Amino acid sequence: MRVLIPSALQSYTGAAWVSAEGASLDALLRDLDRQFPGIRFRMVDERRRIRRHIRFFLNGEMLFDPDHPLPAGGELHIVQALSGG
Amino acid sequence: MSTGSGERGQLLLLAATRKGAWIYHGDSERRSWQVDGPHFLGHIIHHLVLDPRDGRTLLAAASTGHLGPTIFRSTDLGRSWQEAVRPPAFGPSINGLEARAVDHTFWLTPGHADQPGVWYAGTSPQGLFRSEDGGRNWAPFSCINDDAQYRRWFGTVQDGTPDGPKLHSIIVDPRDAQHLYFAMSGGGVHESLDGGRSFAPLVDGMEVVAGFDAADVTFHDPHCLRLCPSNPDRLYQQNHCGIYRLDRPGRRWQRIGRNMPAEVGDIGFPLVLHPRDDNTLWVFPMDGSDVWPRTSPGGQPASMSRVTAVPAGSVRASACRPARPGGQSSARR
Repeated sequence: MRVLIPSALQSYTGAAWVSAEGASLDALLRDLDRQFPGIRFRMVDERRRIRRHIRFFLNGEMLFDPDHPLPAGGELHIVQALSGG
Repeated sequence: MSTGSGERGQLLLLAATRKGAWIYHGDSERRSWQVDGPHFLGHIIHHLVLDPRDGRTLLAAASTGHLGPTIFRSTDLGRSWQEAVRPPAFGPSINGLEARAVDHTFWLTPGHADQPGVWYAGTSPQGLFRSEDGGRNWAPFSCINDDAQYRRWFGTVQDGTPDGPKLHSIIVDPRDAQHLYFAMSGGGVHESLDGGRSFAPLVDGMEVVAGFDAADVTFHDPHCLRLCPSNPDRLYQQNHCGIYRLDRPGRRWQRIGRNMPAEVGDIGFPLVLHPRDDNTLWVFPMDGSDVWPRTSPGGQPASMSRVTAVPAGSVRASACRPARPGGQSSARR
């Protein structure tokens, strides 16, 4: 699956688009972490909660559950929400 | 802000800010400084600490406004950085206690000189962690983080500073690697004599906000704890309720801040101890009236006070201000 990485996390990947696989969102994030160590904990805490300013969109649909199943193809967009003035 | 001596003996000032980190390299006379930075521009750097055991390893506790917390490590005085493999993170829920998540690492302390590679970390919400490999991997102290009594003393996430309660001021006795102290705001001062397998509160003599029970560790709010470099049996503490001194093996804190000038008071955050004189320290009182976090009594520019604790137990206090733009300075006694 093609994965779009937000600019704030491209220091890990070195690219805006990468490939990662997984039967669920959590599995895909663990695959990303295997490729780019440390990146998962910046997005998901030790309770498997998605961090406050991180959003995941699968083919345009926002995902809220790390156990959400993922299809074999498609695109996952990781979006970093900014807050503040 | 922390200080250190590089491997060639050069003086370093390490500034950790909400916008990144800077390293100032001083000459031997401290007259000129070379600025190195920013490192991690835009990141919140909660603490930046040099390892005194080699003079070149730096650890930085980092987070951002929109990403999770982590630790960065440099072995070449900041020329290159590597991220921790396993940053401080709480374990799964045990003992029927609610699972928690580290918001940020607030404090870093190098281990004893005889334990190269050992570091300690304090987090928000309050947690204690240890690394044995120079900061690459961090393990939680379950005896603190997952203990029902400590959980009660932690209070809630609202019982602390605006960005969360913190475990801070982790101290290793330079004479004994097994002897540790830490403080929590809120939740008191704690001591271990067995290398962290167990801890016990050390709060006798400390005052709490009027109307609360000083016998309840929950209500104690130490802001800063320091061990005298020249006398490891002497501790000083800046607390929400005063400035204190403790001479070990005694267990009762003495409130020495009452002799501060009344118009200044003895509430503040930082403490700086004299490197050779265990009777002299500097405190930075704060305006406790309209704007709490402001370190400027009476709305004046940053003030500095010196407290001299004479051996007889009485205390002399003086307050002075840094030079004004016209080059004058003033002092009160």
